[in-house]
Amino acid sequence: MGKIEWAMWANEQALASGLILLTGGIVGVAGQFRGWQFAAYAVAAGVFVCLLEYPRSKRAKGTSVERTGQYCFTVCVKTFGPLTRNYYVRAFLHAAICVPGGFMLATVLGCVCLGIASLIYLAAAIRGEHWEPILPRKETRKPVAQSIKNPPQNPPPRPPPEMRRKQAGDLEKSAYDNPMSVTDDE
Amino acid sequence: MANCIVNYGFSAFILFVWMAINIFLFVYFYFFYDLGPQFFYTRHLLGSALPWARAPAAVLNFNCMLILLPVCRNLLSLLRGSFVRCSRTMRKQLDKNLTFHKLVAYMIALMTAVHTIAHLFNLERYNNSRQGLDDELSTALSDLADTENTTYLNPVRITNLDPQQIPTYFAFTTIAGLTGVVITLALILIITSSMEVIRRSYFEVFWYTHHLFIIFFAGLVFHGAGRIVRSQQRTNPPHNTTFCKDHPDDWGQIPECPIPQFAGGFPQTWMYVIGPMVIYLCERLVRFIRYMQRVQYKKIVMRPSKVLELQLIKNGFKMDVGQYVFVNCPAISQLEWHPFTMTSAPEEDFFSVHIRSAGDWTDKLIEIMKKVPEGGEGPKLGVDGPFGTASEDVFDYEVSMLIGAGIGVTPFASILKSIWYKFKDSDPKLRTRKIYFYWLCRETHAFEWFADLLQVLEKEMEERGMGDFLTYKLYLTGWDQSHATHVMVHFDKDTDVVTGLKQKTHYGRPIWDKEFEQVRKENPTSIVGTFLCGPEALGKVLEKKCAKYSDVDPRKTRFYFNKENF
Repeated sequence: MGKIEWAMWANEQALASGLILLTGGIVGVAGQFRGWQFAAYAVAAGVFVCLLEYPRSKRAKGTSVERTGQYCFTVCVKTFGPLTRNYYVRAFLHAAICVPGGFMLATVLGCVCLGIASLIYLAAAIRGEHWEPILPRKETRKPVAQSIKNPPQNPPPRPPPEMRRKQAGDLEKSAYDNPMSVTDDE
Repeated sequence: MANCIVNYGFSAFILFVWMAINIFLFVYFYFFYDLGPQFFYTRHLLGSALPWARAPAAVLNFNCMLILLPVCRNLLSLLRGSFVRCSRTMRKQLDKNLTFHKLVAYMIALMTAVHTIAHLFNLERYNNSRQGLDDELSTALSDLADTENTTYLNPVRITNLDPQQIPTYFAFTTIAGLTGVVITLALILIITSSMEVIRRSYFEVFWYTHHLFIIFFAGLVFHGAGRIVRSQQRTNPPHNTTFCKDHPDDWGQIPECPIPQFAGGFPQTWMYVIGPMVIYLCERLVRFIRYMQRVQYKKIVMRPSKVLELQLIKNGFKMDVGQYVFVNCPAISQLEWHPFTMTSAPEEDFFSVHIRSAGDWTDKLIEIMKKVPEGGEGPKLGVDGPFGTASEDVFDYEVSMLIGAGIGVTPFASILKSIWYKFKDSDPKLRTRKIYFYWLCRETHAFEWFADLLQVLEKEMEERGMGDFLTYKLYLTGWDQSHATHVMVHFDKDTDVVTGLKQKTHYGRPIWDKEFEQVRKENPTSIVGTFLCGPEALGKVLEKKCAKYSDVDPRKTRFYFNKENF
């Protein structure tokens, strides 16, 4: 499994965990479960995790597939610089976020899933991966060479006409092979 | 609209039946638990969360039974074989096995979510009742414990723990709770690693994580063993709920109301899943047996552009055109089996695969094979298969359109070789009168071996005067200026500069409308089978074109689309 980028799987897992945490939180709050405050926290945490994880990172090798409409999220996440670029930070952040979810059954599943995502991110960080934003490529035209603006005024230097005429006497020196066929019956 | 029916009718029917069964199970079990008198007291404690949990459970039983079947490849091959006499449409359904597997998986995920959420409500309500926070009847019901003359209704027995933690404690200390959490976790990991992005890039992660299904099924079978969904049992004298519900204090003291007795339902999931589990186990056993069988090397050929050709012999191995095998090389990895389409024809006394460098495993295999001396034996290999795909049907159609994109051209190598052999032997089984072959690739580097094959076929057909049996068109989609210049310079040569074939190479993508028009014009009354081995996007385009150019009138041209994928 040499070429795998663990961060890609960690990202899918973390996004799923965010959704599960959010759902568990909504159930806890809507059903007014005991400990609904933890559920309310889970709603906020779930939304935060989803927003953080929605933009996919650019892959180190190969083509990156964007999620629909992720550009605005990419821009937001990019502004936090090293905090979001570094996967160690993400691993610890997810580990910390998931802990309060363990205090109530409705959010326990989200907690465990996010914990697993945190572990996979840790593995990704240890392997030296980091988050790169997927930005639209700017089309740069090749800079026009300076010489194109000043065409030559004079023809190139040629030897005097006597030399240019084919020397019928000396066949060897005047022989000339066309690189392309110039007759039309080939 | 009519074209839709011709091409998609049977799939729609299968989906309709599947969905109908799901809906029926959901509604039936919902009302079973919502209206059944034996659940009167249970419903008093839980409300409608009881039927909301039990209905998806029934749907889950059904779908967990179905999910293993579409990936039993040998079973599907067997069914394809036995359907030879049946209509073509039946066999086409077996092509869509992976699509169905995914659909069932989505249903399982959805129902798991509903089931879990309903149970969250159930636990919360059981907990509240046990804490004495509900009405007198609930408290009385919850107090019933498992002693010599009483049986419990409320499975939450514990009270001396922080009430907020009781549901979590219950979830992790009962069979149902623990198995539930574990299998839901397994399901989530399976789903996240099966996302298209992960599957296409890192197949190993997808494949290994998918084996968590073993834990899933093990947990599923034991999930109901605790029998915590309780229903009221008949007592002698009978306990009349309508009267007795208002007198919980008198239970056991007046003759109309003996203490109500409860028992859990018999766990049923195992009855649904045991069959498919056994079948799948047999599948893996067959694979293991095949792995143990000896595979001999006939020839190892290194082709240009890092393509490895292996010609192998195995006892009792019989193949059909366009089939594929799974190859395993213990020297590289004990557990990985990779699929490759066979490029040899059934008429040959060996079978061959062309393996292109496309990842870790293939790279290592090519390296190992390079080191094998001339005429020597390569490393031990395991071969499982052959497994059937749509290409088997290619000779049943009078007219076939074969489209191979990039590496997808491989099954057609097998088909074209087989055609050549059948022609040489004038095989009467060959129903095909005409074949149109479209080869699309970015550049021909990795496929010189295929161009060689086409050259040989071209020559043979010329010799026999069968020039118009096979019409092939090559499309180079990755051309650039230097290509164009080269072609311009050599444009009046007889054979193509790129491939050396008589048929000139086209540049760019084919205009499918034109191609389909041409096929339709040249074959006004035939059934045309269209076979693709290539990317999804192209498959969608072709499917649409097949539908567009098909006529509902069975006497006119009809296009049937078949797709092969891994």
